[in-house]
Parts: sequence; C-alpha cells; structure tokens
Amino acid sequence: MTTTTLGTDQRPAPTAANPHPGSSARAVAVGDALRLGLARGGLEIRQFFRSRVQMFFTFSMPVVMLLLLASIYPGSVPGTGATYQQIFTTGMLGVGVMGTSLQSLSLQIAGERKNGTLKRLRGTPLPKSSYFIGKTLVVLASSLGQAAVLLTVGRLFFGVRLPVDAEHWFTFAWVYVLGIVGCSMLGIAYSNLIRSADSGAVVMLPMLVLQFISGVFVIFSQLPKGLQTAASFFPLKWICQGLRSALLPEAYARSEPAGTWEHGRIALVLGLWAVAGLVLCLRTFRWKGREDG
Amino acid sequence: MPNQQTAIRVRGLRKSYRDVVAVDRIDLDVATGEIVALLGPNGAGKTTVTEILEGFRSRDAGELSVLGADPDTGGAAWRDRIGIVLQKSGDFELITVEEVLRQFARYYRRPRDVDEVLDAVGLTDKRRTRTGLLSGGQRRRLDVGLGILGNPELLFLDEPTTGFDPEVRRQFWDLVGSLRDDGTTILLTTHYLEEAEHLADRVAVVHQGRLVAVDTPARLGGRQSARAAVGWTDADGPHELLVDDPTRTVLDLAARFGGEVPELTVSRPTLEDVYLSMIELSTTEGAQS
Repeated sequence: MTTTTLGTDQRPAPTAANPHPGSSARAVAVGDALRLGLARGGLEIRQFFRSRVQMFFTFSMPVVMLLLLASIYPGSVPGTGATYQQIFTTGMLGVGVMGTSLQSLSLQIAGERKNGTLKRLRGTPLPKSSYFIGKTLVVLASSLGQAAVLLTVGRLFFGVRLPVDAEHWFTFAWVYVLGIVGCSMLGIAYSNLIRSADSGAVVMLPMLVLQFISGVFVIFSQLPKGLQTAASFFPLKWICQGLRSALLPEAYARSEPAGTWEHGRIALVLGLWAVAGLVLCLRTFRWKGREDG
Repeated sequence: MPNQQTAIRVRGLRKSYRDVVAVDRIDLDVATGEIVALLGPNGAGKTTVTEILEGFRSRDAGELSVLGADPDTGGAAWRDRIGIVLQKSGDFELITVEEVLRQFARYYRRPRDVDEVLDAVGLTDKRRTRTGLLSGGQRRRLDVGLGILGNPELLFLDEPTTGFDPEVRRQFWDLVGSLRDDGTTILLTTHYLEEAEHLADRVAVVHQGRLVAVDTPARLGGRQSARAAVGWTDADGPHELLVDDPTRTVLDLAARFGGEVPELTVSRPTLEDVYLSMIELSTTEGAQS
C-alpha cells in the first residue's frame, strides 16, 4: 500500500499563502472545507464498506422488498405501457434514496454523538461543513451502489429499461443527486431529535407513512386526493415521480396527477428541501449530546 | 505575569448543573511551557474545568483566556493550536491506526509527521491494526497520539494513563517529558499522585468544585517544611521521632551508636499524605460552612 505522507511541507499554511484578509481568505477557507470534506468522505466510505452488516442490509433490503412486491402484483397498469414491476422498481429506488440518506444517516449521527466521534472532531479545526460534505459523499456512494443493484435486478427479472437516452440519464442524475443532498441535510438535522442509536422507531414510523402516501407501494394517482396533497409537501413523492420520468415509457406521464412529469416542479420542491435542510442543519446541528451540558 | 506568557488564565470560574455546584469560583494561571496537574477525587470537578477550558462546556460565570481567546468563541485557528485527549473514546473502530492519524493530520496546518507520532506513542507495529481491535492501553495511546498530532502549543490530557501498565505509564511519562522540552504547555488531570509528582511543575488540588491548593509537588501543603520522621531500631525495638531538624537527630544517633544506625529511615510526608489530609480538611470545612 502506498500512502501519501502528509508532512508539513505538503500543506502550505493558508495564512502564509494568503496574507490578504477578506474575500481571498474566505475563498481559502471554502477551499479548505471542500478539501477536508473530500477527505472525510473517503474515510466515511471506507468505514461503510468495512461494516459488512450495514452494507449487506443497505444493499439487500430494497431488493428483497422489490422481489416481494413484484411477485404480489404481476401485470401491467392499464393504458400506460408500464408494468407494476417497473413502477415498483422506481419506487424502491426512491425508498433507497431516503433510506440511505435521511434514515440511516440520522441514526448514524446520533450514534456518533453518543460514542464520542463528534466530540473528538469538535476538538479539532475541522469545519462543520466538511463533516456534512463527508456524510453526503458516503450517502451518495452507498445509495448509488444500492441503485446499481436495484437496476440490475429490475433489468434482469422485471423488464426495467435503463434510461433510454442521455436526456433521461440526465433526469435520473439530477433527481437522484438533488434527492440525496436534500435528504442528507434533513437526516443530519433530524439526528438532533434522536437520543440514541437504538431508538430507530423515531425514524422508522415517519418513513413508513411517507412511503405509503408517496406512492411507493401503490400507484400514486390511485391514492386518495388528501394523501396525494399531503405527500406533495415532502421530497419522496417528487423523487419517485422524477425517477419514473427517467425510467418509464413516456406514455406513463398521462397517469401522473398533473398528466405530465412536472420536471420544473420536481426540481423546485427538491431544491427547496435541499436549501431548507442545509439551513436547518447549519442552525440546529449540535456536536454535543444532551447530557454533555 | 505578562499576558503573552500566560497560556491559561481563569478567574472566578463557576458552573452548576441544576442545583449541584460543580465548579465553585476557581482561579488558576498556567504559564506558557508549564505543566500543571489537576488532582482530586472522582467528581471533584476536574473534568468539568478541563472541558470548559477546551470549549466543550459552557460556564455560568468567570473570566477565561486560553491562548488569548475565550474558549466559547474559539474558532478553527484557535483549535489548530490546542490538542485534546478526552477521558474516553470509542469512535472509528473500523479504521486502522495509521489511517486515523493520516486523516486527522489533514485537519491541522502544521501536523507532526505521522510516523514520528506512531513511534512516540509506541504504536508503530500496530499501524495496520483496526482501532477496534486495540487493547485498552493501546487505544489510549492512540488518543494521546491524536492529541499531539497537530503540534499543539497547549495540550489537555484528561486522565491519560488510566488502564496503563506501569511500563507503558513510564513510556508515557517520557513522552510528556519530551513535549515539555519542546515547550508545550500541558494541563493534566489525574488521580495518580505519583504521576502528578513526576510530571507536573505545579499541582492544583480540586475538591468539591473548589481549588484547595496550588503549589509545586515538593511544597504542596507545606510539605517541604513539615516535620520529618526519623526511625531506627535498638535493643528495645523500633523507634520513631518527629523532628524539625532531622540532620541533627541523625548525627546524634550516629554518635550514640558509634557509627551505623540500625535500620535508619528519614522520611517527609509523601504527596499522598499531604493530599489526603487536604481533602479531609476541606471536607470538614465544607461540612461546617
């Protein structure tokens, strides 16, 4: 193994390199935060792939759910040219986005608050934002791995088509990234409400409700109007809709509540959640546990 | 004392948790390059004081200056100059010793060389071991390694040698000695008296949130001027005398025995004797007030 040596010489002191205060110093600070965020991401990803149990369940749970759902509901949705199995695959991809970001991230951070990880980091010059970037990167890596497994299974067994052209791939990419970033920020903020890593129910219940009303287990447009409206305030419905637009035949758009894919609105809602999540997490994030005084 | 030579300045520090007073009007100065040990029984307030100085806990009252800044508002540049070894840790168990050190070295502007740190804490042959597989003492040494990694001007050590065997503790003392030679200021909490005596320039005894005494280990509690016990044995059995002038007593004894005094001992109260009597005295005073 060749590891780079991080001696003093390799890292010029920011102040020495930038004697002028003001915007250039701020640019250096932002550059530092990004660079350290990438370093954090590398460490977090290594940690993720080394925790076999976590990795196994992250990758297998949506696949198992997909296999179950697909065997319970065979056939295609009348008048859309899409099968239930294809639709469930997009739904499970959406669940995967929220599962790896909001759900597992909030539990993980609550655990790190408990076991001293955050306290130790707080004692170093590491910027908060670098920690957030690292978390977002590990979520991105684990959820992309999960998506690859789901798409492979969907393609092999359920006739799921990969995005047909560059435009559809682009849709897939921005929906995915926007969903991941927004939900990661929310997950970090949500971790404040969790007292210990054991209290998974605090996370599981709202997630399950959200999955039902966002059209993961059922066709969204067949849900009662009230539930549809409630779901449209949260990101999952829009993530699933965006993923359907990337993966399903164009004809399916007519079955959406608005009769179109509503890309503009998807971007708007997910973007707003990402910004709100970032603000929330910068304002409420605590390095300390409640009992730490 | 001029300000730039004071690493830590504490005036009237107070902190309570609900109705329990954890820190009660503590004043303390630590000079640059000095090693000060906070000594006291469990629950005396040592960790609370340390964590307030590290910026981990808020205070109710008091004036603080740590490396010229208020720990409550000390930013990244301030944290770059301090090193912290917390009392317990259980993080990054899946990462190897070397990976942890290389990762944390990136956070500092002028980190120490990772190989040097591995060597200094005696973990060179464990560099490829995941931290979750280290023994308690090895884990603690990694904590110390992380504490000194950033080349800190000021190092906080909260009970650093708990769980060390005597040999490893000696090695750790040598490490602290070399940090002292580099001019590092160290605030240490410990409940090992011999550790405080060996390492510290001054010892601050904390009890029930109060600072009971601050002095060099040799002078603490008037130890240097306390009466010495001179012991010897003759045909009647063992004797012991408490005297102000042990040298004269020994000379008298030597004359009496015409040379070698059988089983001669001369002893001053140990740091432990002084410390225990201080704690006892402070407890009675506390009960009276």
